[in-house]
Amino acid sequence: MADAPQIPDEAETRARWGAFAWSAENAEKAKTVIARYPAGRQRSAVMPLLDLAQRQVGAETQTQGWLPVPVIEYVAAQLDMPFMRAYEVASFYTMYNLAPVGRYHVQVCGTTPCLLRGSDDVMAACKNRGMTKGKTTPDGLFTLTEVECMGTCTNAPMVQINDDNYEDLDFDRMAAILDALAAGETPKAGTQIAGRHTSEPEGGPTTLKEMVKVNHDYRKEW
Amino acid sequence: MSLHDKDRIFTNLYGFQPWNLKSAQMRGDWDNTRDLMKRGQDAIIEEIKASGLRGRGGAGFPTGLKWSFMPKEPRADRPSFLVINADESEPGSCKDREIIRHDPHKLIEGALIAGFAMRARAAYIYIRGEFIREAETLFAAVQEAYDAGLLGKNAAKSGYDFDVFVHRGAGAYICGEETAMIESLEGKKGQPRLKPPFPAGAGLYGCPTTVNNVESIAVVPTILRRGAPWFSSFGRENNKGTKLFQISGHVNTPCVVEEEMSIPFRELIDRHCGGIRGGWDNLLAVIPGGSSVPLVPAAEIMDAPMDFDGLKAVGSGLGTAAAIVMDKSTDVVQAISRISYFYKHESCGQCTPCREGTGWMWRVMERLRTGDADISEIDTLYDVTKQIEGHTICALGDAAAWPIQGLIKHFRPEIERRIRDNGGVLEAAE
Repeated sequence: MADAPQIPDEAETRARWGAFAWSAENAEKAKTVIARYPAGRQRSAVMPLLDLAQRQVGAETQTQGWLPVPVIEYVAAQLDMPFMRAYEVASFYTMYNLAPVGRYHVQVCGTTPCLLRGSDDVMAACKNRGMTKGKTTPDGLFTLTEVECMGTCTNAPMVQINDDNYEDLDFDRMAAILDALAAGETPKAGTQIAGRHTSEPEGGPTTLKEMVKVNHDYRKEW
Repeated sequence: MSLHDKDRIFTNLYGFQPWNLKSAQMRGDWDNTRDLMKRGQDAIIEEIKASGLRGRGGAGFPTGLKWSFMPKEPRADRPSFLVINADESEPGSCKDREIIRHDPHKLIEGALIAGFAMRARAAYIYIRGEFIREAETLFAAVQEAYDAGLLGKNAAKSGYDFDVFVHRGAGAYICGEETAMIESLEGKKGQPRLKPPFPAGAGLYGCPTTVNNVESIAVVPTILRRGAPWFSSFGRENNKGTKLFQISGHVNTPCVVEEEMSIPFRELIDRHCGGIRGGWDNLLAVIPGGSSVPLVPAAEIMDAPMDFDGLKAVGSGLGTAAAIVMDKSTDVVQAISRISYFYKHESCGQCTPCREGTGWMWRVMERLRTGDADISEIDTLYDVTKQIEGHTICALGDAAAWPIQGLIKHFRPEIERRIRDNGGVLEAAE
């Protein structure tokens, strides 16, 4: 429990977020989400709604967003479930932030496939910019977290920053991405190797070469 | 012996072409799905059984057989569900992501056909939360299918009503376990359920449910179009078909690639990955099936066939066919210790041996990494892994134990060397 989040003071949080309600657009989205599950099973919608709420908090605070207790209460009430059942979902899954984060949530993957390809260098590039694991920088721009496998192993090492992945990194490429974000730019997501498209071998695919240029229909050769 | 492009199922694997419905149809998806369904539910299940398709999520259970456990006549108040496992979180694995973001219509068409065959009312695709852009693509692709009348009432004009819903996870490896996934879909913490009852008896909302991996479902339409004999012409007996391999770590060009099952490891690496970094003599060990399987030393893996039985024969497993390659520059104790940290982080906390044991094993592994230990502790650690293995509700405890057992089995001299270099006690070394 040593690395559990420091949940902010309750009185302050309640004063700021006690009146949380869906924006008009999100109220519509919430309805669509609940409709995906059978009648009487609306509780299934708790995960997507917590995510939606976190995004709304993020939009209001210009950060990735987090889940203050009154916001979790609001979602629980809408789904007619006890607060504790919603809170235990929020605390079980790692993508819900129980404490405020910065403008950019820098999530460096450190699991073995990334470790083998140099995730320590990526982490070093973050530390070089003054970031500390588990903390937000004083200017509120970056929060650094080491996360577990993100499922991008053939493009390791990688980082997920808010909604985008940046892959095939090294120290310099990571530093360039952080510089661009700090300057208010939007760096190109995906692989950072010039000429690599996605998960094909670097230097060009060894299979399915026709597909590079045209939408080839292989059925004619069956 | 090499797979031709015409026999590859995932032709847009690398996303050079658009994923949308129109492009997918030009590649052959959704081509007269109605006629495939007209063959009838039992004929589809028989065809999949005959193809020899085994589940692609790791356990390798025969897919057709799994479907046949579902009730033949679901009750109106107890509909059947198909849950598709897209919670790809096994370290090393990254194949389902490519299917979802580049060929989502293969998955959606497969969901309709598989759901029809097992007489399900709807499919839920559970995609891991960190696949944010991938989920956006999947939501959009499902919407396209609805708009084109391929899903919903009278799906693809087959007379069968079928819905496909996408559910995003939120960052929990354990939700890849089928009963944890069902709990999570019901809006709870993802903690695995005791079995029995098995999901086919009481799964999602207490209704009959089958959980299948993305790849297992996405290959179904092509198998039906080309026939079981085509699919089973690849690979060795009991290990049929084509497979998406994912090779990460110390190869020259890591990649995802579709190849024939049973391809020898050396051929796979030389053909697609540009060989081992520093040459074959520089290979130390390989974790051939994602982090949950034991590692295999270089000499044993080099010519092993990459399939369920071939890797079992070298004391490991195919898992998700995600090979993590380590060359001789690797600190192998650190590599396995990092995997132990992963399992400590991802233990759901339900069973004591796993909740306490994963943390304990990681702390000992960290001391073995630096050599700050006694040689007798290696045996103690091995004993503890045996105490955890098989004593938990789900297989996460086993998955945490096996990599350490593999390390001790193959690299014990290296661990002892570190302890000795650190000035540790030598009594057990002789």
